[in-house]
Amino acid sequence: MSRSYDRALTVFSPDGHLFQVEYALEAVRKGTCAVGLAGKDIVILGVEKKSTLQLQDPRSIKKVVNLDDHVSLAFSGLTADGRILVDKARVECQSHRLTVEDPVTVEYITRHIAQIQQRYTQSGGVRPFGLSCLLIGYDPYDNIPKLYMTEPSGIYTAWKSIAIGKSSKTVREFLEKNYQDDLNDDDAIKLTIKSLLEVVQTGAKNIEISIMKKGEKVKQLDNQTIEDIVNTIEQENKALDEQRKSRLQQQLDAQSAMT
Amino acid sequence: MESQLALTGKDYTLIVSDTNAAMSIIRMKDDEDKMKQLGEHLVMAYNGEAGDTIQFAEYVERNLRLHSLRHDIELQPKASASWIRRQLADSLRSRKPYAVNLLLGGWDVPKGTPELYWIDYLGTLAHVPYACHGYAAFFATSTFDRYHRPDMSLEEGLELMKRATNEVEKRLIVNPGGWKARIITQDGVREVIL
Repeated sequence: MSRSYDRALTVFSPDGHLFQVEYALEAVRKGTCAVGLAGKDIVILGVEKKSTLQLQDPRSIKKVVNLDDHVSLAFSGLTADGRILVDKARVECQSHRLTVEDPVTVEYITRHIAQIQQRYTQSGGVRPFGLSCLLIGYDPYDNIPKLYMTEPSGIYTAWKSIAIGKSSKTVREFLEKNYQDDLNDDDAIKLTIKSLLEVVQTGAKNIEISIMKKGEKVKQLDNQTIEDIVNTIEQENKALDEQRKSRLQQQLDAQSAMT
Repeated sequence: MESQLALTGKDYTLIVSDTNAAMSIIRMKDDEDKMKQLGEHLVMAYNGEAGDTIQFAEYVERNLRLHSLRHDIELQPKASASWIRRQLADSLRSRKPYAVNLLLGGWDVPKGTPELYWIDYLGTLAHVPYACHGYAAFFATSTFDRYHRPDMSLEEGLELMKRATNEVEKRLIVNPGGWKARIITQDGVREVIL
């Protein structure tokens, strides 16, 4: 019987918090930033790539993975936990196809992942996943780009655009200010990169962008394309700055002329 | 009457199956597709116990897909054949084994060669230049023995296959009903009319 006492369990604190789950959220906040954005007929995942060590092979780090042909996932938090969750989700995708002969909907697989995450907050001998996930994709029988997020507590939510991970608050606020409905493909990609640039100091070489269009496979933008977009963004910002400066100067001039 | 035939040529694998779905002596359907595409360069033709065939084929399909998602690369024909053989061998030693026979035709991408594997429900696996399952084996094997060459062009291969299926149609009491043929080349899988 004594064994039943050493099973760690996520238990309530007297004021109603689950500390283990909150610590898991803290692990997410330490993870690299990931952004999801749904445009008119495109849905995008942008992630911050941690700069790798000099002798490391950067290809061996994967933050964006395919769950099936039509669903992609990016996570933020403990990479090792992510691998486990991703594998469970992939098995479920194929299992779903086998039983009902249809691909999963994005919501279905999101709910499945969230359910696993929830289970790990309420079972003995386990700890919660230190992970938040962004899922993008299309449902089998419609053309609406979908974007969902899951959290360590097992909450899942649908979004137009959202960020998770390090400095996600800054990015989310930026997105809230700049997001518009029905963005076309180029603008959507640009906004995703722009939002990531808010927190990624090193620019293009540390950004990874995956885009998904209905009926097409996920595409990773190559470095050159991202760099070009980053450059245009920088130029636009510079132009905007100069405009602002010259306007300010004009105001000052006008004021001094008056006096 | 179930018949599956396949042959490899110079840079292709040709795989053919009858399209008959029968219950005892009654033909229920004459356009049944008894093949499953398992990957970009892999096709499996199957026959055997009616329910088992589809159940097993779908199980294989989903597992190979899962493998390619996990590893970002598809299994080559040889690896796929070995895995399938193992599944059948394990199944044979279970309480209710699958009664399924398979022809696995594909294109080995890194090697750049056409591949054909003959697998039966006992877990036999053979890498072969040409093969038949079902009643076709009685008649077509000798035709293939006599006329097959490994360097056959696609036209010659189709011609030989035609010869073999004619043989089957001529000798079987029941007309096989129709044929479905697929070709696997380096560009993937396509359907052809025999």
